[in-house]
Amino acid sequence: MKLTALQQQSRRSNSFRGSSPLDSSMDGAIKSPSTLGAVTSTSTSLPAMNLTTAAASGTSSSRVVVGRHGILIRPWPHPNPAEVMMAHRLIERVQREQRMQYGVKNPRAVIAITPTYVRTFQTLHLTGVMHSLMNVPYDLVWIVVEAGAVTNETASLLAKSGLTTIHVEYGKKMPILWEDRHKLEAKMRLHALRLVREKKLDGIVIFADDSNMLSMELFDEIQNVNQFGAVSVGILAHSGGDGEDETAVVQKEEEKNSGLPVQGPACNSSNHLVGWQTFNSATFMERSARYVGDRAIVLPRKMEWAGFVLNSRLVWRDAEDKPDWVRDLDEVAADEEDVESPLSFVKDASVVEPLGSCGRKVMIWWLRVEARADSKFPAGWVINPPLDVTVPAKRTPWPDAPPELPLPAGEMAVVLQENAEKHATKTRSTRKRRSKRKHATRTIDERVSTRHAGEN
Amino acid sequence: MRNWRWGLIGIVFLSFVIRTEAWKFSKAQHEHTERISGSAGDVLEDDPVGRLKVFVYELPSKYNKKILQKDPRCLTHMFAAEIYMHRFLLSSPVRTLNPEEADWFYTPVYTTCDLTPNGLPLPFKSPRMMRSAIQLISSNWPYWNRTEGADHFFIVPHDFGACFHYQEEKAIERGILPLLQRATLVQTFGQRNHVCLKDGSITIPPYAPPQKMQAHLIPPNTPRSIFVYFRGLFYDVGNDPEGGYYARGARASVWENFKDNPLFDISTEHPTTYYEDMQRAIFCLCPLGWAPWSPRLVEAVIFGCIPVIIADDIVLPFADAIPWEEIGVFVAEKDVPKLDTILTSIPTEVILRKQRLLANPSMKQAMLFPQPPQSRDAFHQILNGLARKLPHDRSTFLKPGEKILNWTAGPVGDLKPW
Repeated sequence: MKLTALQQQSRRSNSFRGSSPLDSSMDGAIKSPSTLGAVTSTSTSLPAMNLTTAAASGTSSSRVVVGRHGILIRPWPHPNPAEVMMAHRLIERVQREQRMQYGVKNPRAVIAITPTYVRTFQTLHLTGVMHSLMNVPYDLVWIVVEAGAVTNETASLLAKSGLTTIHVEYGKKMPILWEDRHKLEAKMRLHALRLVREKKLDGIVIFADDSNMLSMELFDEIQNVNQFGAVSVGILAHSGGDGEDETAVVQKEEEKNSGLPVQGPACNSSNHLVGWQTFNSATFMERSARYVGDRAIVLPRKMEWAGFVLNSRLVWRDAEDKPDWVRDLDEVAADEEDVESPLSFVKDASVVEPLGSCGRKVMIWWLRVEARADSKFPAGWVINPPLDVTVPAKRTPWPDAPPELPLPAGEMAVVLQENAEKHATKTRSTRKRRSKRKHATRTIDERVSTRHAGEN
Repeated sequence: MRNWRWGLIGIVFLSFVIRTEAWKFSKAQHEHTERISGSAGDVLEDDPVGRLKVFVYELPSKYNKKILQKDPRCLTHMFAAEIYMHRFLLSSPVRTLNPEEADWFYTPVYTTCDLTPNGLPLPFKSPRMMRSAIQLISSNWPYWNRTEGADHFFIVPHDFGACFHYQEEKAIERGILPLLQRATLVQTFGQRNHVCLKDGSITIPPYAPPQKMQAHLIPPNTPRSIFVYFRGLFYDVGNDPEGGYYARGARASVWENFKDNPLFDISTEHPTTYYEDMQRAIFCLCPLGWAPWSPRLVEAVIFGCIPVIIADDIVLPFADAIPWEEIGVFVAEKDVPKLDTILTSIPTEVILRKQRLLANPSMKQAMLFPQPPQSRDAFHQILNGLARKLPHDRSTFLKPGEKILNWTAGPVGDLKPW
């Protein structure tokens, strides 16, 4: 059986090698006892050999014998779990060594600053950022600034990460209009930078907005920053769109808009920073979103915070080798009502270091997708109290959908929680006992529904 | 005057200190490799130029050029070393046009270039070809008869070297061509206590195309996530239908024992990412096939994958210059069922050291036959090996009239002219 299966596999037959070696002209030196099966599944100490060819040549013969050998198979040819664990530990150690040799030498800690607030899409966005940060192979401090007050929702989400988090609040509530929201986020980031200064956190500061998407290569690349660096940000502005009309119009716009959806440093041929590439939002202006949750295109600002990384020592009060082109944090905050981007920290934009092969590699994507501000979602995404049935299931013990569903008072509501399971067995058995007596099941149903109505 | 002298001493001392510091710094930078020294000492980086002189016989082109013209596939198959070595010697500084001052004599005869339509070399005419070449050089030049070939070397990269047969039993039966009894053989085959490996032979790696391998390099920080990797046949159903002959059953044993083991990425598929996969693997199996040697060893070394050699008594390339026991893992054929236990019980430090040795660029260079030749490559290692055999001892040169070789020994078919 085995051999036939393998015949189908191997097609490389060296036909000229002749037929079986048994046809050799050697006089009786090769005997192939049929007793020696092709596959021996006994213990490993099977004596394999049956012949020597020493007689043929006069010189010293090899201890390794030519000819037919048994195929040694151990009695339980399956992996040993302890050995598998050891192998994985070995692989991990080898990879660690690889990182030490070829990866970043002397990696610095990463300080991620995320402004957030509780809303429908918060769990989606924050989980994304959280998982990205959990995979970062360097030391990480995550500063989460929450608009409004520190809430349990956010706190419970952060607790799942296992990261070193600093969860602080920023007094004001998140406004509805996008413009105001951008401004508040900037203030929240400055608040976080003040925290960095107070605690004298040492590392590389990145601005990980909660709806952005960060790639792992970004974290390797930012280790190269000296003082103040810029990366290219992919701008995904076509989000929260309406439907086919929207996309058709958007496609047309895209053709008109010859610019790339990228914001970041622009370099000349000798890889020196010469300017900035920004996203041409002019064509989208008329249809841009005004308030959070309106189904229109959310536009970024000219240079988003997310595209900049800085050495945390730049915001410290008295760092020894602070360069003279950096402005003091308080000064900037007091000076400008709205700090649009960290570029306000530098007096001279030419000192910015372009990262990611001079801005050619996009490793971070900017996205703003939000539901309406008044959209409801279950607190902590735990369904309690139980849901109403909106679409009845087919082929279940439940009776076929009565046309009255769904009713506002929830009269015909069916319980979906653990009582539901008990109920299911009950109806099933009752159906069996009282075969095909639909009215019987219906009465049970009504009984349940009234009970449920009482609960509500 | 005295102050000036003290100043000079101070400057000398300072420069010495700075130089040692610089040396230490540069050494620390190369921490991810380690120097390789084999049983012959730290000889991998020797330069053979000036240590030996080689005279290349001018044979009629029917022994070399015409054969190559008939089938240019000889330049890319794994036996191509014989052709490239010839070309290298023609333009090498060790070549001398004056045979009187030569230490070694090279006969350019391409015995492994008679290919089947499939591309595999037929060895049936090789003994006659070699014999004809030797007859030519012994009659046209006096140097063969002077030593009966003891200061001549020949490149015989075929399966079993100068036994000139692909089947092991037949090769053993034939033995090494009697005329080559005293010559130095440069061959890929090496197995201890085997008829087809004579004392003093130089084992070389099979030819593997350097550019093709370099074109598939991936960044070295790509994490190695495959534990054991192997691609190739386990059963040779065409030539060994019952099983048990091919690879002495060792490959079949690997398959039967580890086909379900997720740590072993083994199959007969031929993926396009073969070279890239090797660079993502920690161990690469190099089991014997019909012959013990295989280009897999070269590939494993180039791609930094620790070779797991399953071939009893094998002699690996440049065994006196490269300490293979420290670089690869040797597993006896009878221990194949315990391969997973063996590999997982190797201490981590040992594995890291092996990887460091493999990362040494001299190691990788020594396995390659690059075009154009570069320093420390396999060509130079062959010359180093020949240089280490100098000076020739007294038995090399025969007294006048002394004859050792038997020109009529061997199968009758070999005596026919070519």
